[in-house]
Amino acid sequence: SSHEHKLNFRQSKEACLSYIQDALLQKQWKRAAEFLTCYVESLEKDYSREQIGPSEMIWRIGTEILWHHSQSSMKEFNCFMEQMKTLGVKRYLKVCLEHVFHLLCNGQIDEAYQNLSLAESWRFGEQTAIQDKEMKLIEAYRGLLDYYSWSKQKNILLEHSEDGFSDLAVEQEMHSYFRKAAVSLKEIIKIPGVWDIFVKCYVDLLEFYGDHNEARQVLNEYAYNSKFPANPNAHVYLYQFLKRQGESKKSLISALKILHDIVPSHELMIDFNTMLQKSKKRKKHLLGLEVIFAALDYAGWKENAKAWSCLARQVKQIVTSEKHLDWIKQEWNSRKDWWPAFHFSRFLAKRNWQENESLSYEKALVAGILLGKDCKYFKYVSHQGCKAQLKRFRMLKKFVNRHNPVYLRISG
Amino acid sequence: RDFNERCAQCSEVNWGLTDGGRFYCRSCHNVTEKTREVVNTDFITNSRVQTISKGSRKQEKNDAGCEWYICEGFQLVLKKQAEALEALGVCPQMKDEILCNFWRCYLQKSKQAYCKRPAGETVKALSECESSTDVDSDPERPSLLHLLSLSESEGDLQTDCSFASSVSKVSDSTSVYSGSVDGSLYLMKNQKEKLTMTMPMTLSFCYMALLWLREPITLSELLRFVVEGHVPYLNVFQHFPEKMKLCGLDLRIFCVESWPVYEEVFNKMHELAAFLDLPRFPDITDSCFLHPDMLCMKYLMEANLPDELHNWTCRVVKKIGIGEVDFLTLMPGNKSTRKVKYDVLAAAVIVVVLKLLFLLDDHYEWLLSEFAEERNKNNTEGGPYFEFKKWYEVVKQSLDVEQKKLDEERAKYLWRCEKPLFYSVKNKSKVLKRRQMVVNLQSQFGKLSGSVRRAEKPNPSSFQLSWSEENTDGSCFHRHSLKGVLQEKCGLLTAMNPDYWLCTVKLCNEKLCGHLAHYREVEFPQSYHFVLGLFSFLLRIQPSYIHDEVCMIEHKLFNKKLYKKLKYNTVLRK
Repeated sequence: SSHEHKLNFRQSKEACLSYIQDALLQKQWKRAAEFLTCYVESLEKDYSREQIGPSEMIWRIGTEILWHHSQSSMKEFNCFMEQMKTLGVKRYLKVCLEHVFHLLCNGQIDEAYQNLSLAESWRFGEQTAIQDKEMKLIEAYRGLLDYYSWSKQKNILLEHSEDGFSDLAVEQEMHSYFRKAAVSLKEIIKIPGVWDIFVKCYVDLLEFYGDHNEARQVLNEYAYNSKFPANPNAHVYLYQFLKRQGESKKSLISALKILHDIVPSHELMIDFNTMLQKSKKRKKHLLGLEVIFAALDYAGWKENAKAWSCLARQVKQIVTSEKHLDWIKQEWNSRKDWWPAFHFSRFLAKRNWQENESLSYEKALVAGILLGKDCKYFKYVSHQGCKAQLKRFRMLKKFVNRHNPVYLRISG
Repeated sequence: RDFNERCAQCSEVNWGLTDGGRFYCRSCHNVTEKTREVVNTDFITNSRVQTISKGSRKQEKNDAGCEWYICEGFQLVLKKQAEALEALGVCPQMKDEILCNFWRCYLQKSKQAYCKRPAGETVKALSECESSTDVDSDPERPSLLHLLSLSESEGDLQTDCSFASSVSKVSDSTSVYSGSVDGSLYLMKNQKEKLTMTMPMTLSFCYMALLWLREPITLSELLRFVVEGHVPYLNVFQHFPEKMKLCGLDLRIFCVESWPVYEEVFNKMHELAAFLDLPRFPDITDSCFLHPDMLCMKYLMEANLPDELHNWTCRVVKKIGIGEVDFLTLMPGNKSTRKVKYDVLAAAVIVVVLKLLFLLDDHYEWLLSEFAEERNKNNTEGGPYFEFKKWYEVVKQSLDVEQKKLDEERAKYLWRCEKPLFYSVKNKSKVLKRRQMVVNLQSQFGKLSGSVRRAEKPNPSSFQLSWSEENTDGSCFHRHSLKGVLQEKCGLLTAMNPDYWLCTVKLCNEKLCGHLAHYREVEFPQSYHFVLGLFSFLLRIQPSYIHDEVCMIEHKLFNKKLYKKLKYNTVLRK
């Protein structure tokens, strides 16, 4: 590589930054600090044409170093953040917010709250309007901390009431926190975005004070308003709320249906499948089958005995009734090329048998039906099971043998 | 010192300056009417100048600073540089006589001092510039606003036009454009007419003086000392006296934010020598440090090559006549001779010698090395034969280490200094605040840097790589023998290598494209590239410049053969 023997300020600082970057990536905090020390004089030049100027660089890099460096204290960190706040008025609220996050990570809730309150009261000409989004976030987090305080008070109150005390002061404080929290949280969730934690807390507040209508509205908005980004959690929260409210199975199912569409591998799919199987409608049973098959497409579910037992139960039921074998055929069609290697290899048979007998039982049933009694998985597991003289495996073997023709019809 | 008239009252010649800028006789306190017309260089250099302080004048008046001219500033810079060079071992003559005289001559020739010109002219010229909004009066002269918006040192706080619009004149002779009297005029002068002084040119002055005295410092060394901080250049203005306020356009003149470039300093020096109408410089003879024979010896040592190679460099030097006094000595204004870069020339000679003996085609040198290795294994008497491979490994390792250090130094280079710079009094507080913050952050993160404290600048040394013969690991090749690559023919030692490859068959026209040849790494053997890289590192200069000299030398060396070939080609074509 040819080394330039010229050097100017800009090139020198660019080189410095790349050394800092390397050091950060390798977690060499001392070395990063060493080079940052040389970089800071960039502050004396104004790079208003650049996308990211030196002041922003120094803020971000300095934060990383101070957060991770073994010899750095929280006091130093805070002192640094205060300096950074003075550096760029256009970034003031952002720096405040990130500072607050760090304080929260460090468990300094009170300091975080103070900083948030201070930031909330900041006004700076037209900058206030420009940094409106950050301001909303700051209010929201302050509201969140108010919620946290409310929660603490609530617990104290519950404890006291158990002991037979009634504490008016605590109650009043609790209500005041509620009001503060509710106002801020309500504001932020109006804006399209991902506000899981704010929504959860707000709904919790509403439910406590009995405003279920408002809660339902909030959750519906959050889940169904197309302006908001697609968020599986929104549907989960709605489902959980509806469940708590004792809503009908119909509404629960419709809530979970969307979740299945977005995240077929979601953990609630087992509940969903169970619910669908219990339904009286035939279409629901088909959906249930689709749901459980889809969930088991994902590697995270491979060893989930409960999921397999759901599938096994449905398959068994269908096979026994000899109705709707075409359902299985349809579901199996797109999977027959890869599920055998994915779920039903001999290696997995051995492992499943060793580690989780129930799992192997359920899987063997499914394998036996879908792939026939001669498939590796079924043969191995049923053999082992019978060898171990376990009754249910003997039953399994009989069952699969009896229904072997089904396999032929499915695979055709 | 220049004012040598006798005092009217007491006939003594013992002058000082009052606050008002008039001369007064120190012996009898007779104040004259003579004001400072000509730039009195004593004002700065002669610290014994005393002033009568009128009792009523308070110190704060001095806060406004004094009137100073740009060339006074440069004079200070040169003085500092000369002092530093003296500390490095250069003879005191340089500072007291040579550099001084060069500078005075320059001032005279460029009509900035030592000539008849009323003091009011500068001011008049300045106000002329400001009042002429009609740019067409001199299309080549850039407008002040234009100058302000450009910035060499880009992005300095407030270089935009909002600053320009806030200008107001403080007094008749100083404006807020600059702390100096003629800062703005200086930048607006048509730069083609005369050589306007710049910071890089201060180094040209130094080099010129060093060359005149034939001091043992090459230009590449001088520039290296500058970068390493042994010769003041970067931030030298922090040594200006308090009274000389630096701001506004002065910054564009005195603030440096790039390392000096060899070519620029070199070319300016030659322009300067011609401009000053200097006579032929003192002869560079073969006992001078700058003579290729001497420099080759030094570079051979530094490159860890065998001393025996020196015989060969001397032979090449002699053969092509580059050791001749007339070739080496600078004759200012002579446009026909090629300007000699002593350091690059010596390095190029060594490269050519290496090519002569080792071919450096990525095959032959390794072959020779294998033979030498065999011989060294079996025969340990009579000293080792030089093995190219071993040399390559040892040198490459050291070179990589040093290069890595240098790369880090480049990234860690600090450009600013204690003295804050501001364009106008308006943004002074902002600048000071920023400076304070920088200092705080440096302190905070400096502590977190661990035990690696920013080392004091290393002692200046002439050698960047050193090899000790006391090392038993055989990593020093100075005493190694070239017997492995030489053979005797008719009583003469010649190279075993019968071949040679030319870097280029035809030389370019340097005046048209700036180079004699164009060096692209991929077109040449790796060994050649390595050797160029080694000297490139030592001289802190691009490999292409060494390559140019190599081409030049080769063409001189093989002149006859090339000439014959050309003739043959033309004959064929007919």
